[in-house]
Amino acid sequence: MSAKKPSKRIGVFICHCGGNISSVIDVEKLAQAIGKLPGVALSTTYQYVCSAPGQDLIREKVKEHNLDAYIVAACSHTLHETTFRTLGKETGLNPYQVEIANIREQDSWVHDDPQKATSKAVRIIRSVIEKLRLNEDLLPIEVPVTKKVLIVGAGIAGIQAALDIANAGYKVTLLEKRASIGGHMAQISKTFPTLDCSQCIMTPRMVEVSHHKNIELLTYSEVEDVAGYVGNFKVKIKKNPIYIDPEKCTLCDKCVEVCPVEVDSEHDRGIKKRKAIYIPFPQAVPATYTLDVHSCLGLLPIACGECVKVCEPQAIDYDMEPQFIEDTFGAIIVSTGYELYPVLNLEEYGADQIPDVVDGMQFERLLYLDSSTGCGIKRPSDGKVPGEVVFVQCAGSRDPELHNAYCSRICCMYTSKQAMLYKSAFPEGKSYIFYIDIRSGGKGYEEFVQRAREEHDVTYLRGKVSKIFQEDGKVVVWGADTLTGEKVEIKADLVVLATTMVPSPGTKDLANKLKLNVDEHGFTQEAHPKLRPVESLSAGVFMAGCAQSPRDIPDTVSSASGAASKVMAMISGDVLEREPIIARVDEDICSGCKMCISVCPYDAREYNSDKNIVEVNSAKCEACGSCVVTCPSGATQQLNFADTQIKEMVRAILSDKESSE
Amino acid sequence: MSKPKVALYWCSSCGGCEESVVDLAQDILPVTSAVDIIFWPVAMDFKYSDIEVLQDGEIAATLINGAIRMDEQEHIAKLLRKKSQLIIAHGSCAHLGGVVGLANFYKREDVLGEAFKEVPTVKNPKGILPQVKTEEAGRELELPALHDTVKTLDQVVQVDYYIPGCPPPPELIKNAFAAILENKLPPKGTVLAEKKALCDSCSRKESKPDKIKLSKFKRLYEVEWDPEKCFLEEGIICLGPSTRDGCGERCIKANFPCRGCFGPTDEVLDQGAKSLSYLASLIDSDDEEEVKKIIDSIPDMAGLFYRYSLASSILRGNINRGTK
Repeated sequence: MSAKKPSKRIGVFICHCGGNISSVIDVEKLAQAIGKLPGVALSTTYQYVCSAPGQDLIREKVKEHNLDAYIVAACSHTLHETTFRTLGKETGLNPYQVEIANIREQDSWVHDDPQKATSKAVRIIRSVIEKLRLNEDLLPIEVPVTKKVLIVGAGIAGIQAALDIANAGYKVTLLEKRASIGGHMAQISKTFPTLDCSQCIMTPRMVEVSHHKNIELLTYSEVEDVAGYVGNFKVKIKKNPIYIDPEKCTLCDKCVEVCPVEVDSEHDRGIKKRKAIYIPFPQAVPATYTLDVHSCLGLLPIACGECVKVCEPQAIDYDMEPQFIEDTFGAIIVSTGYELYPVLNLEEYGADQIPDVVDGMQFERLLYLDSSTGCGIKRPSDGKVPGEVVFVQCAGSRDPELHNAYCSRICCMYTSKQAMLYKSAFPEGKSYIFYIDIRSGGKGYEEFVQRAREEHDVTYLRGKVSKIFQEDGKVVVWGADTLTGEKVEIKADLVVLATTMVPSPGTKDLANKLKLNVDEHGFTQEAHPKLRPVESLSAGVFMAGCAQSPRDIPDTVSSASGAASKVMAMISGDVLEREPIIARVDEDICSGCKMCISVCPYDAREYNSDKNIVEVNSAKCEACGSCVVTCPSGATQQLNFADTQIKEMVRAILSDKESSE
Repeated sequence: MSKPKVALYWCSSCGGCEESVVDLAQDILPVTSAVDIIFWPVAMDFKYSDIEVLQDGEIAATLINGAIRMDEQEHIAKLLRKKSQLIIAHGSCAHLGGVVGLANFYKREDVLGEAFKEVPTVKNPKGILPQVKTEEAGRELELPALHDTVKTLDQVVQVDYYIPGCPPPPELIKNAFAAILENKLPPKGTVLAEKKALCDSCSRKESKPDKIKLSKFKRLYEVEWDPEKCFLEEGIICLGPSTRDGCGERCIKANFPCRGCFGPTDEVLDQGAKSLSYLASLIDSDDEEEVKKIIDSIPDMAGLFYRYSLASSILRGNINRGTK
């Protein structure tokens, strides 16, 4: 049963787009053809409809022709739909009586036969007319907003976003999975291209966060469950036990002295060991011991208990339980950062079996320990200062067959920096960098790479390393120099692999809880790569830093500030206005079969047992359309994208009537 | 005043719809006393010429069951349309094409070949197939021609109302007669049953969980009979969600899942596609291989989802059958 078509007076404004459209499409002929269609009260063209005079033209014509609705045939919806809907509202129309017909990206830009392109434009506009005839007046949906923000991941991205938002006067809960905040930036020796000490610029931020009156810091914690929706996310947080009471602890370090367990230090990336009870690093925030439940013996009955015996203030409590915190947040920022692609996966480079093959972060720790203690850069196998160091870029990156297809983006720069720092610390050493291309697009980056080459005598070899193996106490690197076409063999003391940045392991799980899309590599997916880079398609969920893609510190901080400003704009009002183009259920048709509940990724479909129907929660609905296509009885329809409208649009596109011009 | 004239006719059908009229039992008496049945080939002896002599629109209402797949049926349907004020598609075959509509998955030659040559009970060494015209002992014999495509009644003539079901429950037929006699008919084109889908009145709806996730589609023999439990929850395909209500859950009450004979609701164009769509959404896997395995556990998918509605679906049948 098709709904009865209300007779609307429709205006069509066809844009030349300064030749972008009119150089291929015969816009005057198009306007004529469209003008003959039933219900079209006006069909006209203009050079730039989006310009101020173009918009004035629409204002004038809506009045003059008493239009009920209009179409702008121009560029894509993404570009100017908002412009023309806002204009429609100004002219007294409901904004949803304004539609865009995309005859640029979908027509003039992709075709060159004027006749066919013009005929296609007729079909496109004709189909939009059919849709517009059946468009309903809609009002934005208003939802109340909680002025508090959850940030997941307290590396530099999370810290920056937290400070930006907290300084603007909003409450922030900053959550970190590890025992200390700081993330990878706290592990790095120096930053390129300025060679600032990473710790020195990071630590003040960490302290500021911990003392900020608007920031609640939850370390050693994880997101357990997320319910609710934009403006009102109900989040359950699990605070894992650290088995220490920080109030009682005097930081005397006796527990660490007696602890018999030694494991690889995460902060030093296995270059150094730590005890089962430990402070991750001297500048850690919070400055508290954490008892690592996975390595501690004391939690096993009667196995150890040494630390408890020496703890005078009795701050250690083996029976501490996880705490669960429930709170409501208006928005969530995901800043869960990255991990490095495991060397174990790189069989051609020794699969983590050669002690003197390290990854970039391990080398950062070697550099840091040298600069902070003056101990010299010691290679892991025998503690010797390496005389020849080979850096291998793109280890696991730009390799779609075996590893990761994408570019890890920071490696070109940090290997330059590492080679430079190595040469500064040990000028008689030799350093080689194998590269595919040097990507030094940031501010001051190219000059930095040149300095490494010229002032620090770093040898750059263009080519891929094919194999790395051990021989006579050396690490042998086989590669090819593609500039000379020769095979290269270097007998090195240490090899540094610039392994790919991959999403941190918890990202996928968190994304699932937040109904956040991830891309093919597991990085969080932005709503639009150009125009909405820090928003996700899940309203109220934002992203910052390397959770989204590999990036360096400046880009991470920019994205964090970007996300923070988006969040602040969102929570600054008392209510949120949302697009009303959501699903609607017809109560007279819905049989309560509940199929929609199974498919809704946003938990927006709720069963009403009194009416035996499944309702749409308009605050939660993200308009994805899943329930609409699933609804077995057709009771659920997408507002202004009803099946009847789409059917008419398809019919209008396929029909041969009047399209032969 | 003479009683309103009513005609009943059958096309490609199994006879079950005729039976459904007889199933009115004692309720048929007020009907027969209120109307004049002037044409009902299955029950009484009439000739086509009896219809041809009538005035246009002289018959108040004609119930036609069965799909249209032969030229004779098309001819009589058109004749009855001319002579009747109302044409009512009676039963799934007239309404949607029905089970006979499944022939649209095959070419006419394949259908005839299967029926007259391939089936094990047929002995046809010369491979003779039915012909429209045959010479036999110097005389020309004629048979109705079989169409290549099975059509619904409304693909041949304009239909005013539909009584769905395979066969329609007597209750719906009784109500239809009452509505005609009392002149209380709804707008033309209406399917004379419920607007909602079967789940609305299903006696098992209470037990249905909010979310269903399936890792295997089961068949009836694989689960224990529990008259309280929703079939879908058990992993048994039930087309109740995509099928119009009004049957009185005849199958469900006999512990058999819905197979869709009442067709889709008004808002749905293609019942089979909709059924596939919602069942696919219940599959509990993201792994392509596993999903394929789960889907493969559905035997005869096309025959299941389009059992009654193939001829009325968007594709109408196998689009490749012409080139097979």
